[in-house]
Amino acid sequence: MIYLDNSATTKPKKEVLDSFVKANEQFYANPASLHQMGNAAEDLLEKARAQIAELLHMKQVVFTSGGTESNNLAIFGTAYAYQHRGKHIITAVTEHPSVLNSLNVLEEQGYEITRLPVDSWGRISMEELKNSLRNDTILVSLMHVNNEIGIIHPIAEIARLLKGTQTFFHVDGVQSIGKVAFDQTAMPDLLTMSAHKIHGLKGSGVLAFNQVELKAVQFGGGQESGLRSGTVSVPHAAALAKALRLAEKNPRHEGWNEELRRFFERYPNVRVVSPETGAPHILSIAVKGIKGEVLVSALQKESIIVSTSSACSSKSKEASHVIEAIRLPHNYKDGVIRISFGAFTTEQDIRDFKKAFERVNRLIKGV
Amino acid sequence: MKTSQILVRYGELSTKGKNRSSFIGRLRDNVRQTFSDLSSIRIKAERDRMFITSDNEEEIQQVIDRLPAVFGIQSFSPVIEAELDLEAMKQAAFKVVDKLEREGKTFKVSVKRPYKEFPHEKMEIMHEIGSHVLRNFPELTVQMQHPDIELKVEIREEAVYMMAEVIAGAGGLPVGAGGKGLLMLSGGLDSPVAGYHMLKRGVRLELIHFFSPPFTNDRAKEKVFDMAEKLSQFGSSVNLHIIPFTKLQQEVHKQVPDNITMTSTRRMMMRVADKVLEETNCKAIITGESLGQVASQTLESLNAINAVTHTPVLRPLIAVDKLDIIETAQKIGTYDISIRPFEDCCTIFTPANPKTKPKLEKVEYYENFVSFDELIQEAVDQREIVKFPRVKENEMVYEDLL
Repeated sequence: MIYLDNSATTKPKKEVLDSFVKANEQFYANPASLHQMGNAAEDLLEKARAQIAELLHMKQVVFTSGGTESNNLAIFGTAYAYQHRGKHIITAVTEHPSVLNSLNVLEEQGYEITRLPVDSWGRISMEELKNSLRNDTILVSLMHVNNEIGIIHPIAEIARLLKGTQTFFHVDGVQSIGKVAFDQTAMPDLLTMSAHKIHGLKGSGVLAFNQVELKAVQFGGGQESGLRSGTVSVPHAAALAKALRLAEKNPRHEGWNEELRRFFERYPNVRVVSPETGAPHILSIAVKGIKGEVLVSALQKESIIVSTSSACSSKSKEASHVIEAIRLPHNYKDGVIRISFGAFTTEQDIRDFKKAFERVNRLIKGV
Repeated sequence: MKTSQILVRYGELSTKGKNRSSFIGRLRDNVRQTFSDLSSIRIKAERDRMFITSDNEEEIQQVIDRLPAVFGIQSFSPVIEAELDLEAMKQAAFKVVDKLEREGKTFKVSVKRPYKEFPHEKMEIMHEIGSHVLRNFPELTVQMQHPDIELKVEIREEAVYMMAEVIAGAGGLPVGAGGKGLLMLSGGLDSPVAGYHMLKRGVRLELIHFFSPPFTNDRAKEKVFDMAEKLSQFGSSVNLHIIPFTKLQQEVHKQVPDNITMTSTRRMMMRVADKVLEETNCKAIITGESLGQVASQTLESLNAINAVTHTPVLRPLIAVDKLDIIETAQKIGTYDISIRPFEDCCTIFTPANPKTKPKLEKVEYYENFVSFDELIQEAVDQREIVKFPRVKENEMVYEDLL
């Protein structure tokens, strides 16, 4: 099998699994316990936290169950903490459901949400963002890299725009951390990351932030400074720290992205959906008149694993909200598939993919 | 162009006459120890100022970040180095001024030109650099006498050096210049702050902590360790003496009535401290006592406690308000450690109604029935001594996991 669905999830690295297993064997005590073993577990937890904070260039780190929980905490946490300042929040229509659905809930509670539209590449307009800002805007929440099409939002530029205002800036970095460089001179106020997108373990992530007072949305024993009650999984934290340390931008992704782009240009029935300036590890395409699901199945018969545009929504029959938002022509809309590379992707995988796609496309034309 | 040097101005030192060189030597050693983790740093201490140099920009930035914690420094300035070329100097000048607060400020350039071969005259350099800065920062106005910002340019054979930024140092005296004192460190808010004040006056610290296993736990110990680690970051390493105190405490509780156990316990601590003081060559005992905070901190109580020793007992916080102590604790980073909620030896057997005005004769009378000397010597002999800053044993294991 050739695995090209790394935007959905990645295979854990051996070193990361080793950390997880060892930490479970040696540091299984509850880090909140008073005894010596708890103390050692807490020490490891705090070391992991400090390492992650340093690597992300953020001050505070809360461990969560992953991207969705981090996004929820960022949004509800700031919305509730700063409601005295205002109840206006800005986002884009192409955000992840964990952001959009959280904001829908807030809207029902009387918050006002501005959802910025995007152009045909999935870009928001800076002009429109500027014009949407108001005195009572407490939060702008945007993803750095879109999970379905790979568009990169100008995070640093937006961070600079919001600097000195009363508006916090939350960035969902799930698809970008470890893959696309951050401009460290202008970081957002809150940053979401998830371990399993960088060859770490599913079920763990962090919300990193600077100088934001968050209100908790989960209640219990007051762990993680009260922001995320529940026994902290020290092994997950250690494994996440390790995965993040080992994560590196893969320079080969750019070459493959470019190579496949040129490859698809030869097919008149194929349209590349991802922008040229998008994230190097994501390439989404659409095949005219053919359902994405059909393509995924046909490629799987050729031992190629790809997915329809987003794994989260790939089981629903409707086109994704992102594909709707970029107004892809009707006859392409249902045929979007996403090819995404990871650390284990090889040159040979790309060659095999091309051959397999050629065969599948020939088959399609015969239908 | 890079920041390659930091110029350090001494604190109160400049008034110290004959002892000057020992003060400067002490400060140099403290700076060296503070940055012992930075391999590229070189330190040159001259009569009037100290220079810290490195080719590694990151390490220089570390120095800039950490230097404000080192006592005995009035202020310091990062120095930017430029090539011997007018254009390069202008660019460097821009960089220097760009970092400063400028709104409504006055400005001047001053030039020193020990390298006489440089093809431009002093006036010309002043004019060129001055007008370049003013063109770029029109909010500045020129003032030759006492300007807010003085951009100093020094032209030497190897390079041009520029500076304008003046960063405040911690003041005080270099730690160690004032001898050594023994700080009674509890887990609370006050004692680390008391230690900080003494460090600032140049007093090196030994730390003594009373530990009552099995009633106090590892977290409480860890808390004191973290506190000691914090106190070791002000320019001098510290030793922590952990006294096993359980037996003495139990004996006190057996011998004296409940309402004076606290006074008696503190007298025992003082006697233990006195012995450790002798062994460590300290010249004073330092405590975090502040008048009126708790029952043991009344003048009567202090009298009864103090009666066991002839050593000077310094109480830098005796007249300081709690809120001010908290503020200092927050400033120096000990607050978050202090508020961790673990029992220490003073809180495990707290009597319900401690006497706020214990009578010395009475205390002495009750203690009289038993000789505590042996137990005191045993506690001193069995103490554990840990040096800070500390390398933790687990560090290696953690590194492998992360």
